[in-house]
Amino acid sequence: MKARTAIAAALAAMTIAGGAQAGTEIDWWHAMGGALGGTVDEIVADYNASQDACSLNASYKGNYTETMTSAIAAFRAGEQPHIVQVFEVGTATMMAAEDKGAVYPVWELFADAGLEFDQSAYLPAVISYYTDAEGRLLSLPFNSSTPVLWYNKTKLDELGIDVPKTWDELETAAKAAKAGGVDAPFSFGWQSWTQIENFSAWHNLPTGTRANGFEGIDTEFTFNNDAVVGHIQRIADMGQEGLFKYGGRRGDSRGMFVNGESIFWINSSAYYGGFKKDITDFEFGQAMLPIDSGVAAAPQNSIIGGATLWVLQGGESAEYKCVADFLNFLSGAEVQAEWHQNTGYVPITVSAWELSREQGYYETDPGTDTAIQQLNLNQPTSASSGLRYGNFVQVRDVINEELEAVWTGDKSAKEALDTAVERGNELLRKFEAANAPSQ
Amino acid sequence: MAERRVIYRQRLLPILLVAPQLAITLVFFLWPAGQAIEQSFYLEDAFGLSREFVAGLNYEALVGDTRYYRSFLTTLIFGLWVTALSIGIALILALAANRVLAAALTYRSLLIWPYAVAPAISGVLWFFLLNPTVGVFAEWLDLVGIDWNHYASGNQALALVIAASVWKQISYNFLFFLAGLQSIPKSLIEAAAIDKAGPWRRFWTITLPLLSPTTFFLLVVNIVYAFFDTFATIHATTSGGPADATTTLVYRVYNTGFIGQDYGSSAAQSVVLMALVIGMTAIQFRYVEKKVSYQ
Amino acid sequence: MIERRPLLDLLTHLMLLVGVAATCFPIWIALVASTHPPERLSQRPLPLWFGDHGWETFSTLLLTDVGQAGGVSITTMLLNSLIMAVGITVGKIAVSLTAAYAVVFFRFPFRFLCFWLIFITLMLPVEVRILPTYDVVAGFLKPAQAAWTWVEGDSWLSRLLGYEVVVAIPNGLLDSYWGLTLPLIASATATFLFRQIFLTVPDELVEAAKIDGAGPWRFFVDILIPLSRTNIAALTIILFIFGWNQYLWPLLMTTDVQMTTVVMGISRMLNTDTALPAWNLVMGTAILAMLPPVIVVLAMQKLFVQGLTEREK
Repeated sequence: MKARTAIAAALAAMTIAGGAQAGTEIDWWHAMGGALGGTVDEIVADYNASQDACSLNASYKGNYTETMTSAIAAFRAGEQPHIVQVFEVGTATMMAAEDKGAVYPVWELFADAGLEFDQSAYLPAVISYYTDAEGRLLSLPFNSSTPVLWYNKTKLDELGIDVPKTWDELETAAKAAKAGGVDAPFSFGWQSWTQIENFSAWHNLPTGTRANGFEGIDTEFTFNNDAVVGHIQRIADMGQEGLFKYGGRRGDSRGMFVNGESIFWINSSAYYGGFKKDITDFEFGQAMLPIDSGVAAAPQNSIIGGATLWVLQGGESAEYKCVADFLNFLSGAEVQAEWHQNTGYVPITVSAWELSREQGYYETDPGTDTAIQQLNLNQPTSASSGLRYGNFVQVRDVINEELEAVWTGDKSAKEALDTAVERGNELLRKFEAANAPSQ
Repeated sequence: MAERRVIYRQRLLPILLVAPQLAITLVFFLWPAGQAIEQSFYLEDAFGLSREFVAGLNYEALVGDTRYYRSFLTTLIFGLWVTALSIGIALILALAANRVLAAALTYRSLLIWPYAVAPAISGVLWFFLLNPTVGVFAEWLDLVGIDWNHYASGNQALALVIAASVWKQISYNFLFFLAGLQSIPKSLIEAAAIDKAGPWRRFWTITLPLLSPTTFFLLVVNIVYAFFDTFATIHATTSGGPADATTTLVYRVYNTGFIGQDYGSSAAQSVVLMALVIGMTAIQFRYVEKKVSYQ
Repeated sequence: MIERRPLLDLLTHLMLLVGVAATCFPIWIALVASTHPPERLSQRPLPLWFGDHGWETFSTLLLTDVGQAGGVSITTMLLNSLIMAVGITVGKIAVSLTAAYAVVFFRFPFRFLCFWLIFITLMLPVEVRILPTYDVVAGFLKPAQAAWTWVEGDSWLSRLLGYEVVVAIPNGLLDSYWGLTLPLIASATATFLFRQIFLTVPDELVEAAKIDGAGPWRFFVDILIPLSRTNIAALTIILFIFGWNQYLWPLLMTTDVQMTTVVMGISRMLNTDTALPAWNLVMGTAILAMLPPVIVVLAMQKLFVQGLTEREK
C-alpha cells in the first residue's frame, strides 16, 4: 500500500512538473458541447494569446447538470475550478452557497482586483436574473437567450397568413394552416420555461410569492392562477383539434419545425445558428412572443434562459486577478458581438448590441434582434426579473410531468397545475430545510 | 465454503498476497460505501457546508414516495423484457446454429461481436436508428403509420432502451446456449431420433431440460445486467425520461444525487440497492458454490 | 447430422441469416451515416448506401483536433481508452490472482473476514457509490502530502541532491491514469473466478509439488499460473472490454480534455443543445470506439468463448 502511494505520488508530481506553463493558471469548467464548444475554445485561445500573465484552461464537463455536479463534487473535495458555468435554474443553489462562503460574487471580485466595473453597461433584463437583494451582480451572464416565436415564412406567405401577435391570432392562423395541409402547425420546446415562466413574465404575472423567490427561500408557487390555467387549457384544446403537437421536453421538437411539419415553434433564440445552417428549403423568421389579450394589453418583457459564470472560492488572490481579467475580456464588446452573431445568444452588454448594429448584422440577418428587444421592452418588474427557486431542476421535471398529462388528455389544465404547485412547494420546503441559515 | 485439504502453512506470505486487493477494496469500495450509509442519515446542502442529522427521514421519504415505487416497477418491467427477449432470441439462434454444425463457427463470429460494444455506444446507435428526424427505423415506422417519438412517449422511450440493451446482450446468451447445446451428448439425441421423435419433441423432452442449468444461470446474469449495467445506455439516450419512464433504480440514485443534489436521499437509495445486491449475490453465490462442490 | 431434412436446414440458415442481418444492421447504418455529409442525414428518404464523404469524416476524426469533441483528436482519446483498459486489466488480474491464491491455498487469521470483505463487492457497480468514491480519489494523496511535510522531505531531498527542490504532491488522483483505473479494480469478479479455478486443482498436484520441495511462490509461478493460462487469457479479454467501455467514472473524474476517453467523447459530441449533432462524426467515432474491443473479441474468439463459458457454466 505504502509503496503504491509513493509511486502514485512520484508519477503525479512528475506530470505536474511537466505540464507547468507560463503565467498563473486558472480553470474554467463549462457545458458547451458540440459546435458551441468549438467557439468556446476559440475564445479561450484568443484570451490566452492576448496576454502573458494568465493562462486559462477550459474543460468541458458534460451537460449543464453534469457540469454543476462535477463542480460541486470538486468543491467538496477541495479541487474546484475557479470558474464554473451554471444554468439559470441552478441560481438558487449557487446563491445559497454564496451565503455560506463558497462563491466569490462577481462584483466583489472586480472590486478586489481593482478593475472598474460598470454594471449599467449590461442589459438590465439579462443581469437582473443574477443580482442579489442590493442589486449587485453575483455571476457573469455568458450564454443567455430568450424564447421567441419561430415561423416558417415561406409557408405563411404561401397560405397568406400574417405573423400572429396574439394567441387568438396564432390559433386562427394555426387553423388556416391546418386547412392548408400543415400537419401540426404549432409546437414548442422547454415547456416550463416557454409556456409558464416566460408566459408569466411576458404578462407581468408572478410565478411565486416573495418576488419569484428573489426575497427569500420561504417562497411558494402561484403559477396555478387563472391566466396560466387558461393558457395551458387553450394549448390542450388546440392539441385536440390537431393544431398543436407535443414533441418532447427540451429542444426535441426542433426537427418538426426544420422539416416543415410545424410552422410555428416557440423556443430559444439560440436556435438561430443551427437553423441558418440546417434550414435550406424554406425561409424562416423570428417574431416576438404572442400576447394573451385577455390577460394583459401589452407585453412586459421576457426572461432569459441559459447560463452564467460563477466564481468559486478557495483559490489564491493572484488567480482571482486573472479570473477578473478574463471575465472583463469576455464582457468586451467585440467578443460579445462575435458570440452573439455566431450563436444566436443575446449579447450581455449594450455596447455589444450597438456594435452588432453598426456592423450591419441586423440588416444582413433580419430578426436576430428580436430577443434583445423582447428583453429590453420595459424595465423588469418583480414578476419579470427572473426566478429564484430552490430545487428548480426537479420542479421543472414535475411541471414537465404534469403538463405531459395535460397533452395526453389525462388531466385538465387546472388539475395538472394545482398538482404541480403542490408538488413543487414540497420541493421548495425541502430546499429550505437543507439550506436554512445555520443557527 | 469449499475447502482444500492440502495447504501451505506460511503466515506472512498470504497476508502480503491478499493485501493489495484488500487495500483497494477497503479504500475504494468499503470506505465510500460506509460514507454513503452515513450520508443517508443526514440532510445536507449541495456544497457540503452544513449538514443536519435527520435519522431515518430520508428512508421514510422513500417509503412514502410513489415515484420511487414506480422506478422499482420500471426496473422490473425493463429487466423482464430484456431478459425474456435476449434469452428467447439467443436460444432460437443457438438452436439454429447447433443444427448446422459445419457453419456454426461462422455464424458465431457474426453474432458475438456486439458483446464488445460499450453500453453507451449501443445506446447511441439505437438512438440514431430511432431518432424521429434522422433515424431509419423511425422513417420505416412512419411508413407503416406508427408515429415514433421517444421524446414524447414513455413507452417508446422504454422500447428504445430495451432494444439497445437486448441487442447487446443476445451475443452473450447465444454463446452460453451454444456451448450448452454442444455439451449435450450426441448419443442421447440419436437415440431419440431412432425412436422416431421429431426435432420439436426432442427439443422439449431432451434439449430444454438439459439446458436448464444454463438457462437459470443466464436468468440471474441477465437480470443483474438489466438492473445495473444498463446505466450508460439510459444515460446516453433518454436520460431517464420522458417523465420517469426510463428511470431505473440505479438511474434514480444518480439522478437524485447528481441532478437533484439531494445527497441524503441518493445515499439512502444506494443503501437500499446495496442491500438488494448483497442479497442477490448471496443467492447466486450459494448456487455457484453448490455446483462447484458437487462436481 | 441426425437425419436429413433439407427444408428444415434451409429454414435454419434463413433464420440465422436474419439474425445476423439484424445484429449487423445498426453498424451498417452507422457506417453509411459516417460517409455522408451531415445535411444529407436529415433528408428523407434516409441513405442506406454509402456516400462519398467517408474520407473527410475519418480524416477529420483521426488527423485533426475535433472541435465538437472539445478540441482533442480522436487518436488521443483512443490512446487514453487504451491506457485505461490495459491498466484496469493488468491491475485487476495481478491483484486478484494473488488474492485468490492466498484465500484458497493458505490458512491465516481473518481469512474468512477478508474473503467476505472482498466478495461483497461482487456486483455493486461504481455508479451507486460514485460521489463518495470521488471524494476518496480526490483526497487520496492528502495523507502523503501531510507525511512529506511532516518529515520535511523537501529539505532532505534538497540537501541530498545539492540544489533546491520542491516536490509538489497533488491532493489526489483526479485527472490521472491512477484515478481512472484504481477504483475500477476494486471489484471481486476476477478474484471470484480464480478462486473457483484454484479450487478445482487436485490436491495430489499440490502434494506432489510439496514433495518436490517447491515452495509456495514457486508453486504459484511455475504450476498454478501456467495451469490457468486459458482462463487468464479469457479474463484479459473480458476485462479489456470492461475497461475500454467505462463511461460515467471517466466523465466525472477527468477535467483535463487531454484525458478524455473515446466513449465519453461521443457523449460530448451528442450534447449540442440547440444545433443538430454532427451525426456523421458521431457515428464515425462510434465505429472507431467499438473497433478495438470488437477486434480483440473476434481475433481471440476461441480463447474468449472457452474462458467465458467454462467459467460461469
